[in-house]
Amino acid sequence: MAVSGPGIERGPGVPPVPTGATAPVGGEVSRLTRQRRRAAWLFLTPMLVVLALVAAWPLLRTIYFAFTDARLGDAGGWSWVGLQNFRALSGDADWWRAVVNTVVFALVSVTLETVLGVGIALTLDAHIPGRGLLRAAVLIPWAIPTVVSAQMWNWMYNDLYGVVNAMLMGLGLIAAPLAWTADPNLALPAVIAVDVWKTTPFMALLVLAALQLVPGEIYEAARIDGIPATKVFWKVTLPLIRPALLVAIIFRTLDALRIFDLPYVLTGNSRYTASMAVFARQQLVEFQDVGYGSAASTFLFAIIALFTAVYIVAGRVRLSE
Amino acid sequence: MRRSLLSRVLLYLLVAVIVVYTVFPFYWAIVSSLKTGSGLYVIEVFPREPAWGNYVAIFREQPFARNILNSVFVATSVVAISLLLAVTASWALGRIQFRGRGILLLAVLSVSMFPQVAVLSGMFELVRALGLYNHLLSLTLSYMIFTLPFTTWVLTTFVRELPKELEEAALVDGARPWTILTKVFLPLLGPALVTTGLLAFIAAWNEFLFALTFTLANEKRTVPVAIALVSGASQFELPWGRVMAASVIVTVPLVVLVLIFQRRIVSGLTAGAVKG
Amino acid sequence: MSRLVAVLFRVPLVAALAAAALGGATASAQGATISIACGSVGVEFDLCKSGAEAWAQKTGNQVKVISTPKESNEILAMYQQLLSSGSSDIDVIRIDVVWPGVLAQHLADIGAEAGKDVLSQHFPAIIEANTVGGKVVALPWFTDAGLLYYRKDLLEKYGKKPPTTWQELSETAKVVMDGERKAGNANMWGFVFQGRAYEGLTCNALEWVDSFGGGTFVDGQGKVTANNPKAAEALKAAASWVKSISPQGVLNYAEEEARGAFQSGNAVFMRNWPYAWALSQAPDSPIKGKVGVSALPKGGQGGKHTGTLGGWQLAVSKYSKNVKAAVDLAKWLTGPEEQKRAALKASLNPTRPALYEDKEILAANPFFGELLDTFKSAVARPSRVTASRYNQVSSEIWNAVHETLSGRAPAEQSLKKLEGSLTRLSRGGKWQ
Repeated sequence: MAVSGPGIERGPGVPPVPTGATAPVGGEVSRLTRQRRRAAWLFLTPMLVVLALVAAWPLLRTIYFAFTDARLGDAGGWSWVGLQNFRALSGDADWWRAVVNTVVFALVSVTLETVLGVGIALTLDAHIPGRGLLRAAVLIPWAIPTVVSAQMWNWMYNDLYGVVNAMLMGLGLIAAPLAWTADPNLALPAVIAVDVWKTTPFMALLVLAALQLVPGEIYEAARIDGIPATKVFWKVTLPLIRPALLVAIIFRTLDALRIFDLPYVLTGNSRYTASMAVFARQQLVEFQDVGYGSAASTFLFAIIALFTAVYIVAGRVRLSE
Repeated sequence: MRRSLLSRVLLYLLVAVIVVYTVFPFYWAIVSSLKTGSGLYVIEVFPREPAWGNYVAIFREQPFARNILNSVFVATSVVAISLLLAVTASWALGRIQFRGRGILLLAVLSVSMFPQVAVLSGMFELVRALGLYNHLLSLTLSYMIFTLPFTTWVLTTFVRELPKELEEAALVDGARPWTILTKVFLPLLGPALVTTGLLAFIAAWNEFLFALTFTLANEKRTVPVAIALVSGASQFELPWGRVMAASVIVTVPLVVLVLIFQRRIVSGLTAGAVKG
Repeated sequence: MSRLVAVLFRVPLVAALAAAALGGATASAQGATISIACGSVGVEFDLCKSGAEAWAQKTGNQVKVISTPKESNEILAMYQQLLSSGSSDIDVIRIDVVWPGVLAQHLADIGAEAGKDVLSQHFPAIIEANTVGGKVVALPWFTDAGLLYYRKDLLEKYGKKPPTTWQELSETAKVVMDGERKAGNANMWGFVFQGRAYEGLTCNALEWVDSFGGGTFVDGQGKVTANNPKAAEALKAAASWVKSISPQGVLNYAEEEARGAFQSGNAVFMRNWPYAWALSQAPDSPIKGKVGVSALPKGGQGGKHTGTLGGWQLAVSKYSKNVKAAVDLAKWLTGPEEQKRAALKASLNPTRPALYEDKEILAANPFFGELLDTFKSAVARPSRVTASRYNQVSSEIWNAVHETLSGRAPAEQSLKKLEGSLTRLSRGGKWQ
């Protein structure tokens, strides 16, 4: 049985399947292709309609307000101010600090989560007794509500009676308790550590699903040929799960760049760990400056779009065949 | 597969490390949930006098059972609708070439690029305009904004990786698109569907900001909000024991859900396989 | 497949209809239904609920009590969402003492509805704090002021008296701390307070600065007074405590973290609100019977004892469909009977001077009487004059103070920067 998968097309010389399923032969667009395209749009429309209904108004409204000086609670007294908010943002030291915090946070945590996630997925894929329980256990960090796990870690990080300090001191790794969330140098790594703990299961599960779709025959063939496991991983497994892995990384990065709950609960509005979303919320909700806050959100959107574009290009993610 | 003793030991060691790493804070949460008052400030492996009262108090002090039902309703409806919409969309996006496919994918992705807090006010207006304020359906609707892009993209990727021969064979037999989707692809997408559905379920289950803003009455609240509203004697006091008890109660069903579905996650290319 | 789809769509619809039928309060045949948002679950919530229900019985109305988040900012955000959209979903709301300026445009003139004689029964300072643009927008419910808690057993052990100046506190704390550490308690620290970068730090900083005679960052007329030598002296003193008598972690402490350190016996002094008293005297508290309370120290001989004014008020939304009934509920809850009940059950400070002479209340909370002056003359944050910009002002203040406390900038430099940013915010002193 031929191993099927991406990149294995019917070559020329094979009698054409009378369906026109692949690219139009000889420049003609067959009736069936047109039918398929119509079907495609039909299938696509419900999702697009719902998404447009839910997303269009809130998103466009945010972008609109970014160009005004609106304030919360001020029913209609705003005016258009053009790029003023964006110019103020570019000169705002707190904003740029938040940008740096968020970018560092995203890069480090996504990298760690990917590496750990792939490792855990490979382990979960193996045939060991109690696999089911193991998979359920691994999902626990992702399953606990963030409002709870953030508070939990806050408690564990406490400098006087937190269990993290107690364990590290018990193991002899540190001499005196560290102020994990108060020390400007330790705060961001502390936040990153919690995020890695929390979202590695997300990566692991997605990679595991992708691993499941790799046919077992490949591993059989590799074993018969005597190829070492690591080579199988790098040359065979990784390329096969690459598309799913890239999508998982994109979504993780999007989430990491937009992160709010974790830094907010662990360290509040502290400038050493404030993310861009924390900054935007502070402007929007606490200072009631809807114009400035929306500008920050739009700027955040632009930064994320930039990152995504880089990913798609560098990762050669296929958008169209 | 046979393995050497060394690799087996290493594997089990790795498993042990993974389990401790992921489960330890949860174990700590369980321990904390059995403590009250000043006992919370003492570090011990298991409380000397477990205070089961916290678990009782959770249900007594607020309509927690109702809150759990609310969360179940919202998460289930969100996942059902999202998967339905995403599966149909993913077949179109993953299998059929048409102009503008790439742009559509990017547009769908861009919805996920806005911070939730920015979208909040606009969403609030939308919810009020539709008359859904203080209804659970407002949450079902608003959660689409983050579940749809994610499910669509992941399913599209998985659909793309499925072998073309199956579809072509079905087309030769004269099958219509809907039949192809349901009879050929759906069984193969099993693991992907279950995984995406599970992740989306948990995301909807744990969502806090929208749930806090779009519901008002205590009976309409979902679980994360109910937990956040658990309070001690005063504004400042954090009734840690109670909060942890609530979290344990809430996490257990999710773990059970995973246990039920995890076998689906691993069913491979067995159902509806390519024949000959 | 199509049957599955049909079921999928029908289930949520049916469930929604069922939910609508089961849930949601329906107005009774007689009387109005008043919705009140008065805090989260707990003793305060119970008090509010039972008080509101008693009122409902008395007047033949219905009451619906709604929980709010715990964090001040979240509560304010929720109110603003609702009030900005002109919603009539909430009639009576519990507001922080610094919010009248921010929410005034959405609030009914409760002072006019309630009448002057009702207003005169409360502390004048609080009524003033609730007056925006000439109208009183909220009735005082509970008051709060920052207090100094100390371990009287430890002070006795080392032969020290409760400190009257910050300098004395610093010295006493060092002596006791070192002594206790030598005796075996390695976790002992001298002084814990709220040093996290949030509203609580503004409260602490205001106390330090005011106790040295350095003003209130922005004075009552809207002038920025942050940058002065006495304020710099105050912040310098505070910065000297971090890492010497206060743990570095204090830079991320809110009220609960500080209380945790003090209550587990690991701090000699603590600055906190009155709520900590009842908890410290709870049956399972390790420091029960060992705690003393006093006013916060002055900043040297030329300073004064002070405490930041806190507390909660009840306001009525002007979009309410039953303003009269709502005002009546607010009047009842802030009335003498309810405030006395709260004082006895939860040590919540009344806002009526008459109640501070009530024997039962004083028996349950002895320091209410001793510290009456502190509560009467508590210093208010500059929220009235800065109105809707108060949150931003507070944020600038706490950021500047946090920088000084963490050693990133000397006090003079932070205060100069603060002066600059506050002046810019003030738009030439007008604050609108």
